[in-house]
Amino acid sequence: MDMNQYLSMFIDESNDHLQSLNEKMLELEASPEDISIVQVIFRSAHTLKGMAATMGFEDLAALTHQMENVLDLVRNDKLKMQNFIFDTLFKSLDALEAMVQDITQGGEGKADVSAIVASLQAIVRGEVPGGAQDAAPAEGSAQPAGAPISKEQVQLDEFQHSILEQSLAAGHRVLFIEVSIREDCQLKAARAYMVFDLLERSGEVVKSHPTVQEIEQEKFDRSFSLYFITEKDPDELRTMILNLSEIEDAKLVSIDSDTLTQLGEKIKEEEVLAQAPAPETAADAAPVETAAEEKPVAAGDKQPAAKKVVAAPSRTIRVDIERLDVLMNLFSELLIDRVRLEQLATEIKSQELTESVEHMGRVSSDLQNIVMKLRMVAIDTVFNRFPRMVRDLAKSLGKKLDLVITGAETELDRTVIDEIGDPLVHLLRNSVDHGIESIAERVAAGKPETGTVNLRAFHSGNHVFIEIQDDGKGIDRSKVLASAIKKGVVTEDESRSMTDEQVYQLLFAPGFSTAEKISDISGRGVGLDVVKSKISTLGGHVAVTSTLGEGTLFSVQLPLTLSIISAMMIRLGSEKYAIPLSSIVETGIIRKNQVRNVHGSKLIPYRDAHIPLMSLSRFFDAPDFNEEDEEETEIVVIRKGDRMAALAIDSFIGQNEIVIKNLGKYLPQVQGISGATILGDGQVALILDPNALIK
Amino acid sequence: MLQEWGQGARLNKGGFFVAEQIKVIVFALGNEEYGIDVDKVRTIERMMPITRVPKTYSFIKGVINLRGVVIPVIDLRGRFNLEETEYTDQTRIIIVAVGDMEVGFIVDAANDVVDLDRDNIDSPPEVVGGVKAKYLDGVAKVGEDRLLIMLNLAEVLNRGEVAHLEQLED
Repeated sequence: MDMNQYLSMFIDESNDHLQSLNEKMLELEASPEDISIVQVIFRSAHTLKGMAATMGFEDLAALTHQMENVLDLVRNDKLKMQNFIFDTLFKSLDALEAMVQDITQGGEGKADVSAIVASLQAIVRGEVPGGAQDAAPAEGSAQPAGAPISKEQVQLDEFQHSILEQSLAAGHRVLFIEVSIREDCQLKAARAYMVFDLLERSGEVVKSHPTVQEIEQEKFDRSFSLYFITEKDPDELRTMILNLSEIEDAKLVSIDSDTLTQLGEKIKEEEVLAQAPAPETAADAAPVETAAEEKPVAAGDKQPAAKKVVAAPSRTIRVDIERLDVLMNLFSELLIDRVRLEQLATEIKSQELTESVEHMGRVSSDLQNIVMKLRMVAIDTVFNRFPRMVRDLAKSLGKKLDLVITGAETELDRTVIDEIGDPLVHLLRNSVDHGIESIAERVAAGKPETGTVNLRAFHSGNHVFIEIQDDGKGIDRSKVLASAIKKGVVTEDESRSMTDEQVYQLLFAPGFSTAEKISDISGRGVGLDVVKSKISTLGGHVAVTSTLGEGTLFSVQLPLTLSIISAMMIRLGSEKYAIPLSSIVETGIIRKNQVRNVHGSKLIPYRDAHIPLMSLSRFFDAPDFNEEDEEETEIVVIRKGDRMAALAIDSFIGQNEIVIKNLGKYLPQVQGISGATILGDGQVALILDPNALIK
Repeated sequence: MLQEWGQGARLNKGGFFVAEQIKVIVFALGNEEYGIDVDKVRTIERMMPITRVPKTYSFIKGVINLRGVVIPVIDLRGRFNLEETEYTDQTRIIIVAVGDMEVGFIVDAANDVVDLDRDNIDSPPEVVGGVKAKYLDGVAKVGEDRLLIMLNLAEVLNRGEVAHLEQLED
């Protein structure tokens, strides 16, 4: 059977499954006890195997088969997920990705996977590679009194860990207490509060799981656990707790210093691996868009129903981009005909014709909105591979860091989406490698061990901004300059008068690298200049701000070519213009006598200050409008950064969602104009560039 | 030997060399007839509403919406420093494509397609119909008494040259 017709479907679906495998694996790494995640992973792997086998990609099928074997043991509780298993599975995913990539490029998807297959088979046989042997016994000895202390519950951070250590050293008792409340209890939170109240009278609660806030909001099942420092006898405490009403059981385990050390080691190891933040940090950082977002859910609420809401797949179909282009062009033609019909209707003056043409008008404007939005893609499709990349990177560099993604839903035109991935990878790598310090350096600088890299996307004006901000060491101006002078990029004289921004821009000069050590991640001096040229070809630019010791912000500004923005449509005599809504502060009317002339420029009172009044008609040489002829004129107050100005216009038409188009290759740059849009009647309206109007 | 016959020269059935034939769109500006290779022409449109683009050269009349694509439109009369006239029913916009650049030319009329032998195109004299030679590829003879002025599109659309021209005018 000829499989070619199914090939593209296979590639698309494989990529989907690989993406979901990656995401779920990260999620599982964050909460290894959650079997429901393993089920999802297993199903994805199984489907992938089936597809690969059908299509005749044997290596692909063989590797997924081995992964499935491992996952099968895990989901049947015969194997506990451990670090080396995660690593091997991630490696397998990488190999699978490489194979699918090969198939995409017309290859046969063959690869030597024998090494990975062998290690997967070893895992199935229950063998543990040397490096991970410590982890397993640690787990065993962590339960000396028979009480299960699962890793999930033991989310002690360094600080809490050291408190416990000190308490033990000072001769206090450290207890791990697990309290379960009766099933029929109505006010779980109240009971839990009573337990806390009781305990706090006789000692100190160091850490509870779930957190105190979560318990107060009744976000726990029936039991909670905590670390407790006290002088009291465990049995006495137990009796006290059980004396409270509706408490079913209380388990108290004394923790000695050995157990604590082992716990600490284990935690440390887990944390280095887990790039996802621990639950308490995730709960604070609300807009986290990584696996971390789902983690509090996984940890706090184990009901599968709640998880399903998160994992519900969006219902989509795949459409060739070219078909969308054709659709868009056909639709534009339809619009022109619509205008003709409208004109005819006004000439013929038939009631019925007018009504149906009006209805057609309404339908077609809805249709227009939908057609225009079809080309827009959420930047999520680019961002979703970053959590995994950053995890691997941080691990190979021995750093701890959180990647916090916000604005992944920001929409960009498909063409920009396709191009922006690589530059962002470079910038992220740069931040992780050069920005974030090693753990030792961070501790020495009094910073938290875990660094944070923020990846943000948002619309602003007629641009999309993508920002990468780290809380690392910042850029050392003198180091950059010294290196630049040595390489002959600038002279010493020039360097003295350079602004910080100019100095930071040197990082983007070809062949420039300040890293003392060349690593295989970045620092070959070839990354950032490529980034800059790529972004320039997309019509954007990169800005850098940095504070030594506090971090660096790379801000990528991209034009919204072909993307949709909200705009205020205005009239200037017979001409129509669009002003991006995002740069409008407000609209209003001023009388002629409110305008003051100061040194030849016009000012109007605005709130408590005066702002310049610009004549759009003069700036654009409008043929048939001049606000000077009017006693009162409409104004639009626009903003660029903290500067504002008022534009005098003829009248407002209204607010619209518009699609930004460029003016064609022949007119690349026109002062004060950022692009054009096609109005509902098929006419072209120009889009103002407020940034160019405010000097 | 082949080269002397020009690229694309081929043998006819009888084994004789014949010159390459090209199809040319014919349009009018004033009293002259001009030609553009049909391969370079995307479509010919009737006059349609043009949105003025401020702060550009006066011969750039603005932009049009051609089936969803925004395309700049140049008045060829203005481009060649000929006197601009009112648009009539005969006025056409010829959409040409050079590389990935699409531009519309406003011309007095466009209503003919002719076949030309490349051999029949002669190099242009200095100025034809008020248009400088560098904008022209040559002059072709059609039939007995018809002369077609072949446009050099690359030069007509050369932006750098436009800037220079503007400087001279200032």
